[in-house]
Amino acid sequence: MATDTRRAAPHSTGPPNSERRPRRRPLTHLGLIAFGLVMLYPLLWMVSSSLKPTEDIFREPGLIPSTLTLSNYTDGWTALEYPFHHYIFNSLVVVAGAVIGNLLACSMAAYAFARLEFRGKNLFFAVMLMTIMLPVHVVIVPQYILFSELDWINTFYPIIVPKLLATDAFFVFLMVQFIRGLPRDLDEAARIDGCGHARIFLRIILPLCTPALATTAIFTFIWTWNDFFTQLVFLVDPDMYTVPIALRTFADATEQTSWGPLFAMSTIALGPIFGFFLAGQRYLVRGIATTGIK
Amino acid sequence: MTATLRRAESPTPRTAPPAPRARGLSLKRRDALAAYGFLTPWFLGLFFITIGPILASLYFSFTDYSLLGDPQWVGLDNYREMIGDPRLHSSLLVTFQYVFVSVPLQLGLALALAMILDRGVRGLPLYRSVYYLPSLLGASVAIAVLWRQIFGANGLINQVLGYFGIEGAGWVSHPDYALGTLIVLNVWTFGAPMVIFLAGLRQIPAMYYEAASVDGAGPVRRFFSVTIPLLTPIIFFNLVLQMINAFQTFTQAFIVSSGSGGPSDSTLFYTLYLYQQGFGSFEMGYASALAWLLLVVIGAFTVLNFVAARYWVFYGD
Repeated sequence: MATDTRRAAPHSTGPPNSERRPRRRPLTHLGLIAFGLVMLYPLLWMVSSSLKPTEDIFREPGLIPSTLTLSNYTDGWTALEYPFHHYIFNSLVVVAGAVIGNLLACSMAAYAFARLEFRGKNLFFAVMLMTIMLPVHVVIVPQYILFSELDWINTFYPIIVPKLLATDAFFVFLMVQFIRGLPRDLDEAARIDGCGHARIFLRIILPLCTPALATTAIFTFIWTWNDFFTQLVFLVDPDMYTVPIALRTFADATEQTSWGPLFAMSTIALGPIFGFFLAGQRYLVRGIATTGIK
Repeated sequence: MTATLRRAESPTPRTAPPAPRARGLSLKRRDALAAYGFLTPWFLGLFFITIGPILASLYFSFTDYSLLGDPQWVGLDNYREMIGDPRLHSSLLVTFQYVFVSVPLQLGLALALAMILDRGVRGLPLYRSVYYLPSLLGASVAIAVLWRQIFGANGLINQVLGYFGIEGAGWVSHPDYALGTLIVLNVWTFGAPMVIFLAGLRQIPAMYYEAASVDGAGPVRRFFSVTIPLLTPIIFFNLVLQMINAFQTFTQAFIVSSGSGGPSDSTLFYTLYLYQQGFGSFEMGYASALAWLLLVVIGAFTVLNFVAARYWVFYGD
């Protein structure tokens, strides 16, 4: 590491941004590509292994399957109590609820924090920032008690309803930052023309917020799709299992014999995230760079 | 943007703009009312999903509660039990080891690669994306499943080692190495902080480097006297964020150990122990006390970070 930084330092001295012209450095590229391959190798190997017979998974560290088979996918699809599309459907319901909830509730809260004056604003804003840091594990026990009083255990409500109540404060913060960057002239002009806040929010702020909304939607999708802890706690019945919980059941039941099907289903579970990664690059990078979310 | 404005204006009935004071409310009052309206979902969430549960778990932490009967007040018993609970102690140790080893490694790697990429490498967006991908996937069950195979007795790592005639251990099933595999997993997700470092490096004005060069500073000196000081706010930001993330690690440990935290509690993360107490044995009172300790520990480290920041974080002006 020490050598890396030392080598890097002199070149950082060049003029920034526009004038920082890419230079040809074959050795650097070689290093970066090699490193990238090592990083991605486990992923590539999993995808390739999902196409191999299970016994080859334990023999072939290479990427090219010597025997190509799709049987892992067909076997894995039906290996659990319900066919795998049942779990995918459940996951999609949860994800859709979470995305809609976050888009609505977080943008509303963000509008109030970014554009309106009211008593206690600074205090509430500080509280909101603190809840970003709050680990879900701290509140899970009383939430479980509350939701079981409401008879919500083993339903999707405990996962979706909190999103409708803007508890993903990350996204409130993201959108506050974004709305603050929008010129105020627009909403002031609209106010002079007699627009109420609801109309300003819906017709002016929201359309201009599209990039922030996209970032929110993509991250909510990925986080909820990946989320294991809350789904593990609240979804108890196999009928309600989502993809992560189904995979976990699969993994725990797996001896060496069914690694192929398990890899196949894991590959499918990662598919949507990979799709968003390819399609939503811009929004992802913007999201991380402005708020540091992961 | 003008198009948006026009679109927004057109449906407004221009004939009857509501007079601001028509209903006897000042503009300020109406703003405030609208604000509370927009914040209603957030207030409800704060009350029922966040602050309410925090306070409720404080109460439960003083009770014996199994969800079946009513909570029984037991005073400080849960906290007393925690002092003498060996599994709690080992879970704290495991979590601290994980946080203090994996976060510095992860941030170091992130900074090193950000510096290399910031030199103006052709194809920067591609490299950035490739390195960032693991950050998106790292917390998923599928990756944890993959890790379990890769570091298993007959897994990928040992197959590769086998080529060199080395017989590797069953990494995930050996108490000395299991935690290490999870540390590797966390370091693997260095892409997110790297992207933030890259954004930070772009903000450093070139004139500082030029001035330093004119004054005769060499590359090493420029790195330590220009880059690092100007980057400290970003380093600090990443540090706080990644530490909090690391304290909350759950999925990976759960999947790799089938929920047991084994072998020999070597991957018994604090959150995993909390889960076992709360949702394995339904000791809700004890789990609440554990949750409070977690809150206090994370809070203390965050405050400590902020206090320490005064001495090492440099804000330009």
